[in-house]
Amino acid sequence: MAGELTITVNAKPHRVEATPDTPLLYVLRNELGLNGPQFGCGSESCGACTVLLGSKVVKSCKLPVSEATGGVITTLEGLSEDGELHPVQRAFIEEQAAQCGYCSNGMIMATAALLAKNPHPTDEQIREALDDNLCRCGAHLRILRAVRRAAELFDKERDPDGR
Amino acid sequence: MADEPSEWTEAWEEDSERSEWSETGAIQKANQVDDWLAINLDGTITVLSGKIDSGTGVQTALAQIVAEELDVPIERVQMVMGDTARTPDEGITAGSTTIRFGGFALRHASAAARRALLELASDRLDAAPDELLVRDGVISVSRRPAQTITYAELMGGKRFNRAITLQAPLKQPEDYRVVGKPIPRLDLPRKFTGAPSFVHDVRVPGMLHARVVRPPSAGAEPVSIDETSVRDVRVVRAGNFIGVVAEREEQAVRAAKQLKVEWRETVRWPEMDKFYNSIRRRATSDDIVRQEGKVESALRKAAVRVRARYRQPFQAHAAIGPSCAVADVQTDRAVIWCSTRGVYPLRDELADLLQMRPDQVRVIFVEGSGSYGHTGSEDAAADAAVLSQAVGRPVRVQWSREDEFAWEPFAPAMEMEVRGGLDKQGHVIALAYDVWTPSHIAGAQFLAGQLITGQPPQPPEWFGGGDRNAPTNYRIPNQRVRAHWLSGLLLRTSSMRSLGGAANTFANESFMDELAAATKSDPLEFRLGHLDDPRAIEVLKIAAQNANWGAALPPGEGRGIAFAQYENEEAYVATVAQVHVDTKSGEVRVKRIVVAHDCGLIINPDGLRNQIEGNVIQSTSRALKEQVTWANSHITSLDWDSYSILKFSETPDVEVVLINHPDQPATGAGEPATITTAPAIANAIFAATGARVREIPFTPQRVRATLT
Repeated sequence: MAGELTITVNAKPHRVEATPDTPLLYVLRNELGLNGPQFGCGSESCGACTVLLGSKVVKSCKLPVSEATGGVITTLEGLSEDGELHPVQRAFIEEQAAQCGYCSNGMIMATAALLAKNPHPTDEQIREALDDNLCRCGAHLRILRAVRRAAELFDKERDPDGR
Repeated sequence: MADEPSEWTEAWEEDSERSEWSETGAIQKANQVDDWLAINLDGTITVLSGKIDSGTGVQTALAQIVAEELDVPIERVQMVMGDTARTPDEGITAGSTTIRFGGFALRHASAAARRALLELASDRLDAAPDELLVRDGVISVSRRPAQTITYAELMGGKRFNRAITLQAPLKQPEDYRVVGKPIPRLDLPRKFTGAPSFVHDVRVPGMLHARVVRPPSAGAEPVSIDETSVRDVRVVRAGNFIGVVAEREEQAVRAAKQLKVEWRETVRWPEMDKFYNSIRRRATSDDIVRQEGKVESALRKAAVRVRARYRQPFQAHAAIGPSCAVADVQTDRAVIWCSTRGVYPLRDELADLLQMRPDQVRVIFVEGSGSYGHTGSEDAAADAAVLSQAVGRPVRVQWSREDEFAWEPFAPAMEMEVRGGLDKQGHVIALAYDVWTPSHIAGAQFLAGQLITGQPPQPPEWFGGGDRNAPTNYRIPNQRVRAHWLSGLLLRTSSMRSLGGAANTFANESFMDELAAATKSDPLEFRLGHLDDPRAIEVLKIAAQNANWGAALPPGEGRGIAFAQYENEEAYVATVAQVHVDTKSGEVRVKRIVVAHDCGLIINPDGLRNQIEGNVIQSTSRALKEQVTWANSHITSLDWDSYSILKFSETPDVEVVLINHPDQPATGAGEPATITTAPAIANAIFAATGARVREIPFTPQRVRATLT
C-alpha cells in the first residue's frame, strides 16, 4: 500500500502518497503535477527525465522516491525564480536550441549542473557532460551554442561590467 | 478493421483531391474566413489550422504568414492546430507540404480577412479603401492620421461571414516584414520552463493510467492469462488485446511487466543475414517509373559499364518520448488527445474501432515527441480509446521504450541495383535503375484493432513512396527506372522522413561517384557535366566552395559530395561531407558537413536552418549507426544501446548555406536535406580510403570489411 513520504521539490516540502520503490519521475509528474521531467526510457539511458538532487544530475525514471527524501530536488520548473528565467533557460531561448523540445528538460538541467560546477567548460567538456542526453531531432549544435551562451550570461551576471 | 480501402488510406492517394495534396483542396472544403481565423475582442487572432506541428516549429512559420498578410504583430497570433471540433480538415501533415499547402490556405484566408476589415473601416471612417493604412492591426486614414480604428473594434467579436475567393490582393514579397525574418519559435519558452506542452502532459479529471501487454512477436495469441499474478489493476481483454488499467501509473507499469501470459507464437522470420539475400526472390508488382531511349542497347554499346547493388535496412523513428494518448470514451461521445498527423482521418478510424459515429468522436492534436513520420501515435490513441471504453473512465496510455522499439511502424528495408554505361568521353549514356521496396505508405491499421479482431494487418492497397527520388535529375539519354513493389516485408513498416528518397539517393549518388571514379573524373565536375538546371548547378557549386572542395586533407580523411532535387521537383540540395576513417577499427568519424539548400522563398531563415541542421544530424545518425535487428523472430533492438543514435561526442560541425529565391514558390524543407547525407558520407569514405560501402549503416565492422 502507498504510504506517506516527504520530499523537497523546488524549495518546498511535499507530502506525497507513494510506495518507497516508486520511481521519482511518477511522483513528480503525477503527484506534484510537474511537466518538466519526461518519461523516455525507464532505464536511465536517454536523459529526458533529468532532475537535480542537490547539485547532482540524476535520472528520475528509475530512482526510487525513498532515495530522494533526504535531499533537495530541483526540476525544470524550479530553475526560474519569481518568474525570472534562469540564465540557461534564457540562453536556450536566445539560441532557439530545440526542435520538438522533448529532450530540452534534460539538456537544460544537465547544463545547469555543469555550469554550476565548471563555469567555463571547453567544447569537449560540454559534449561529455551532455553525452548521455539523447536528441532525436538533431538540435545538438544549437544546444552546444546555448551552453556556451549560458556560460557567458552567468559571467555577465557575476560581473555586469565585464571587469 | 474493414477490408475496403479506409479513409486513412484514401487520404494518402497523391493523385486524389484530398486537401493535403493540393493548394486549394482545403479551402474548397472550408471556404469561409471564419473557418480559418477569428479576431478576438482583446485584439488577439485565433488561427485554426488543420495541419499539426510534429516538432519542427512549423506553427511559428504559419503564424508568420498570417501576421504578414493580416498586418498584425506575431505575438497576437494564437495557433490552434488539429482539432476536429474546431479546425478545417487538412488531411494528414506529411511530405513537407505544411508551408506549401497549409500556408497557402492561411495566406488567402488572411488576405480575405484583411480586405473585409478594410471595407468595414472604409464605412466606419468614411474614407475610400485606398486611403486606408494598416499597421499592427490598426487602420488609419492617410490624410487624417489621428483617426484610427482597430481590427478588434471593427469586428466586435463577431464573425466575418465571408467566403475566401482567392481574389483578395496578396502582399508582394518585397513588402514582407514578418515572413522571411528569423522570428523566435512561439512554443519554446513553454517547453523550456515546464509548462504543459506535450500530449504526455494532458491530464483529465478522474484519469486512470494504463499499459498494453504486448505479445512477444507479431501474431502471437494468448493461451492463458493468470490474473492473480498482478494486483492494483484491472485486466482488460478483448480478443488478443490485453491491457492493464490502474489508479496510479507505477501500478500499471509494474502490472504490465508482471502479468503472467502464456503466448502461442506463430511467425517464423528468416534470420537477418538470410533475409537480406531473400528480398530479390520475393514476389513483386512491378512499375516502370521512368523510361527514356533504349537502355539495354545503349548499355551494350557503352565504352565503360558499371554495376552496383545498395542496401537500406529497416530503421526506427526512435522518438525520445514513447507514444502516448489520453482518451475519454463515454457511451455517446468520445474525446481523444493524441499527437496524430491527421485528426480527421484518425477520427473516422477511431469511430470505426469504437463502433461510434464519426460525429460522436472528437480528436484533439497535442504535440508529441519529434517523430518524423508514421509512428505509434495513432496506435496509442487506439489503445487509450479501447481501454477507456472498457473501463468507462478517462485513460492515459504511454508506451514503454521496449514497446516503442518493437511495435512502431519502421522505415522499410530496400535494395537498389544500378547499371550504368559511359561513352568514351565519359558521359553517361545509359542507366538502368531497379529498386525493391515495400510501400512506404500504410493506413493507420491500429495494433489494437488487429489484436481485437485477431486479423493480421492488411497489405496496403496502394504502393507508394519507395520510388521517391529513384529517377535522378541528370541528363542521361537512355534510362529506365523500375520499382519492384513487395507486398509486405516481414516487419510492420510505414513512412519515415523522405520515405524511399533517402535510400534511392544513397544508391543514385553513390553510383554517380562510382561512374566518376570509373572515368577518373572529379565527382563535382562529373555531376556538373550532366546537369542543365541553373538552380541545381548553383547548389552544387556553393556547397563545394564552402567545403573547400579540392583542398588537401590530412591522411585518413576525405570529402564526398551528393546532390538531389527532392521528389525531382521540390527543393534543391547539395551536401559535402568530410570524414576521417580509422583504417584499423573501421570507425568513421564525420567531421564536417556543408549543405547548400534552395527551397524557393524562405519564410523563416532561422527555422529553416534548424530544420536543415536536424535533417543532417539525424541522417548522419541513420547512415552511420541505425538498423533494426532481430533474432529468433523477435526484435532485438529494444533500447538505446542496441538501437543507438548519434551522441554529442559524435556530432559533426554543420554549415548550412541558404539560397533564397523570393520569386519562386516556397517548397518544403522538412525532408530534402535528409536524402543527400548518406551518399555524401559514403563518397567521402571512398575518397579517404578507396573502399566503397554500399550498405547502410556504415558500422566499423562493415567499413573494416570493405577495406580488406
